[in-house]
This record gives sequence, C-alpha cells and structure tokens, in this order.
Amino acid sequence: MHFDAFDRYHERESFLHHLDPRVKVVIAILFIVSNALLPDGAWDAFLFAWAFVLIANVVSKLGVGYTFKRSIIALPFALVAITVLFSIPGKPVFSLQFLMWNFTVTDMGLLRFVSILIRSWLSVQMAILLVSVTRFPDLIHALEHLRVPAVLTTIIAFLYRYLFVLTDEVFRLLRAREARSAAAAGSRSGGGVAWRARVAGNMAGQLFLRSYERSDRIYNAMVARGYVGHLYTLNPHEMKSSDYYVSALAVALIFITQMLGRF
Amino acid sequence: MLYSPIPMHIPDGFLSLIVSILCWGVTAGVVGLAISKTNKSLGEKQIPLMGVMAAFIFAAQMINFPVAGGTSGHLLGGALAAIVLGPWAGMLVMTAVIVVQALLFQDGGLLVMGANILNMGLATAAVGYGLYRSTFNQSRTVKLAAAGFAAWLSVMTGALLTALQLWLSGTSDLQIVIPAMLGVHALIGFGEALITVSALAFILQTRPDLLGEGSESARGSRIWVGVGGFIALAVVLFSPLASSDPDGLNRVAMDLGFIDTAQSGAGPLAGYTVPFLASASASKIAAGVIGVLVVGVIVILIGRGIKAGPQS
Repeated sequence: MHFDAFDRYHERESFLHHLDPRVKVVIAILFIVSNALLPDGAWDAFLFAWAFVLIANVVSKLGVGYTFKRSIIALPFALVAITVLFSIPGKPVFSLQFLMWNFTVTDMGLLRFVSILIRSWLSVQMAILLVSVTRFPDLIHALEHLRVPAVLTTIIAFLYRYLFVLTDEVFRLLRAREARSAAAAGSRSGGGVAWRARVAGNMAGQLFLRSYERSDRIYNAMVARGYVGHLYTLNPHEMKSSDYYVSALAVALIFITQMLGRF
Repeated sequence: MLYSPIPMHIPDGFLSLIVSILCWGVTAGVVGLAISKTNKSLGEKQIPLMGVMAAFIFAAQMINFPVAGGTSGHLLGGALAAIVLGPWAGMLVMTAVIVVQALLFQDGGLLVMGANILNMGLATAAVGYGLYRSTFNQSRTVKLAAAGFAAWLSVMTGALLTALQLWLSGTSDLQIVIPAMLGVHALIGFGEALITVSALAFILQTRPDLLGEGSESARGSRIWVGVGGFIALAVVLFSPLASSDPDGLNRVAMDLGFIDTAQSGAGPLAGYTVPFLASASASKIAAGVIGVLVVGVIVILIGRGIKAGPQS
C-alpha cells in the first residue's frame, strides 16, 4: 500500500491548494460554526452558504460538483433526527399509519428536520474540501500552529505515518484467515458468531503485538537518526498577503450568511 | 476499503452550538489533564509508541467478523486501548484516532469533534479501565470477565452520551433516541466485548509481561476504579430512569435553557436574538457589538495583508 493511500488530497495547481493551511482550517471551522448558528428555515442563508462552497470548489479546480458527490456519507445519520418530524407541535402535513401507531408529520417538524440535514450537508462539504486541498501533514502542521498540544499532533502524525503499514498488516491477517477458512461443498465453514468473534479477537491481539514490537524498532531507528523528542519540518508556513485577504473575504461572506439568516 | 464506521460518530449539524461547545470544554479539560499526566510519567519513547498504538486501534477497527444477514461486528477499541496502555495514554490514543477519522474520512464532524472524543474516546477509556482495574489481583478468568463487561458497558456509555447530546440539541426525541441507541449498541457492545476479551486473552498468553505488574496497564491509579464504577453506575441507573420518566428530564432541560418550551427553534442559540440576554434591546446592542467586531477583524486582516507586502 502506498504511504498516502488514506490521504484525501487531490493534487491540483490552484489558489486554494497554495493557501496557508492555517487559513483553510480556520475558515472551514468558522463556516461550520456559522452553519450551526443559522436558525431553522433560513433558506436564503443556506443557499448563500452553498454558493460559498460551490465557488470554493470552482476555485480549487476540482470541479463544481466535487464535494457534492462525496457528501452523501453523513446521510445515514439522519435517522436519529427523524423523530423531530413527529414530536414538534405544529400544523399536521400528513399522517402515516404504521401497525398500531399513527405518525403525524407536522410542518414545524419537517422544517426542523430539513434544516438539520442541510446544515450537516453543508458542513460535511466544507470538511471534504478542506482535506481535498490540503495535504494531511500540512493539516497537522497547521493544527500545531493553532496551539493544539504538541503531544497530540505528534501522535496524530505518527498515526498517519504508520496507518498504511498496519493496514497492510491487517490485510495480511485477513488474507490468512480467508486462506484457512475453506469449506467443503454443502457444509458450513467455521463456528458460530462467538467463535468468529474470538478469531477476530485473536487477530486484534496479534496485530497489537506486531504493532507494539514495531514501535520499539521505530523508536530505536529514530534515536539512531538523532531524534530528541520533537519532529522538524522544512515547511515554514508563512502568511502571505493573499492569505490575509482571503481570510478577510471569508469572514465577510460568513458574516453576510449570518445576516441573511437572521434578518 | 474495509473501513466501516460505528453508528456513533455524530456529523456536524446534528448538535446545537452550545452542546458542542460544552462537550469541547469537557474534552479539552480531560485531554489536557491526560497530556500533563503522560508528560510526567512517560519518556520520549512513549510518543512513537502511542502514535503506533493509535494506528493499531485504527487498523484493528478494520478487522471484522460476519454476524448475520450481511452485517458485521468490529472493534471500537476504547476499553482495549485503556486496558493495554493505561488510562491516560489510552485516552490520548483514542483522541488521535477520532481526530483522524473526522479529518480524513469525514466520519464525525469538526465542530462536534469534542462530543465524539468525549463519547467514544474518553468515556469508553474511563469505564473500560476503571472496571478492569478493580480486578488487579484476581485470577485470569475474573480479569477477562471484567474486561468483557467493561468493554460492553463502555459502548453503552458512549451510546447513552450520544443520545443525551442529540436530545439536548433538540435533534431527537428522548423517548425514542435512548432506547434506540442503547438497543442497537447493546448488540454492538456484545461484539466489542468478545473481541476485547479474546484479544486480551491472546496477549496474556503470549506476552503476559505487557499486562502484568509494573506494566503501564497496572500503574494506573486506584482512583480509576472509583471513576469507572461511578460512570458505570450512572449509566445503569440513568438508562431506565430516562425511559421511564422522559417528561421529568425534558423539564430539567428546559429549566437549564437547553430546549425551549415548544421546541420550535434549534436550541438556545438559534433564535433571532442572542441567548442569555432576555430583553430584545440588550440583544440588539449585543448584535451591534458583534457586527462591529466582525468588521474590525476584517479590517485588521486586510491591514496585515497590505503589510505583508506583495505575494512572495
């Protein structure tokens, strides 16, 4: 597996790709906070925020629909919000008869449900865009600049660096299980659920030992190369004038979104 | 990709701002404490170890086993991480895992990350380690049984916290979300318990030194027994209470200002006025001040841009 197999970064030569990662992180978070602040049914503001995302997509040269196509992942979670359809008092819109229960969807409930979905969907798109235009190591570096404790960012950097190694290890374990799980035609292979879970548990234990021993080797190798407790970077991350201008523009646009949502 | 998420990662948009911020506050406090504790007790060697262990938890979540009807069970890992690495290191490892899941896979949001870390990383580690720690000098069977129960209860704790946050945000109905979340996760927790127990049994058999006396796992304070026991008791007692008296809880939430009486808005911060400020005029003044601040920020940023000179 390649070392950046998990990175969502998409190589392009665009303005957004070259923006300082700190600026991108802060703008993305401000945008998501702004979504959380918008009241239910603020359609103008939702539309404006979506336009913001679309324009950012175009500027990033990833294509208008890039984040839209990848934003479906949060939808299954909508299930937990489904109860607001019935529980909020309002004018009934339509009723469903299900077994012995009668569900009445109210207009206020519908408004709230759709608003939750839109807020979530806009926020997910911004998060997708953030990791699509920022390399993961740069992202971690930005978090460091934004005062996230060094212990945590170093752990995250290691996690990212060795994730693909351990994923290869998992694939090896899974392949070994497959190879030993043959069944004669017509008969079931393996035991019950508890037995299968125990096999999975043994695999997790095995993976733990391999990782543990690997971390020893990694540490020894790092010490051999002069590690004294912190990692260096050759990427200075200096704020350019364009970084400031973009921040100002983004703050202004997010402010307008809030205004549209409230007045 | 084998990566399969657990239905507990809350995406952005499902929690109100105030609940998100409260959870971030708790999470930041506990993680800060964990960092200072690990800095004190661990050498520089521990950092690569914790990083690789975080990658281990991430990768171990990919080991799945078929349950029934095309569904599969797999590990969440909070209890296991805390048991093998000690409570504080386990919390840091789980925090890193959840951060990366949110950033790389959009599995869980950014604003609600505090809540996700609290539910799946901190609470699971505290419950898991606390219950396991109480059996320190017991036999292998007792230890494994405690670890299994701890793993099951850690998943239930996470599910209950998630349900409560969703309810406080006005996203879900209490009467439905608590039984639904706990019901689903009672089964998921069963898989978690089975995997955790057999992984521990495997480690005890092959490398008993990693879990024996003097190991990181055994060095956690006895206080954890109290913490874990307290959370466990709270979960066990609270769940039936929540399902039997939802009206009482709703009233408490209204009194605390989380849910307004008709539940018509999106929680306290989503109205047309700034919350905490009751009168309309005070709220208008506050809105004006915020506007001035925003304009000030924009001006400062443009000023800095000019000062930074032409693009290098």
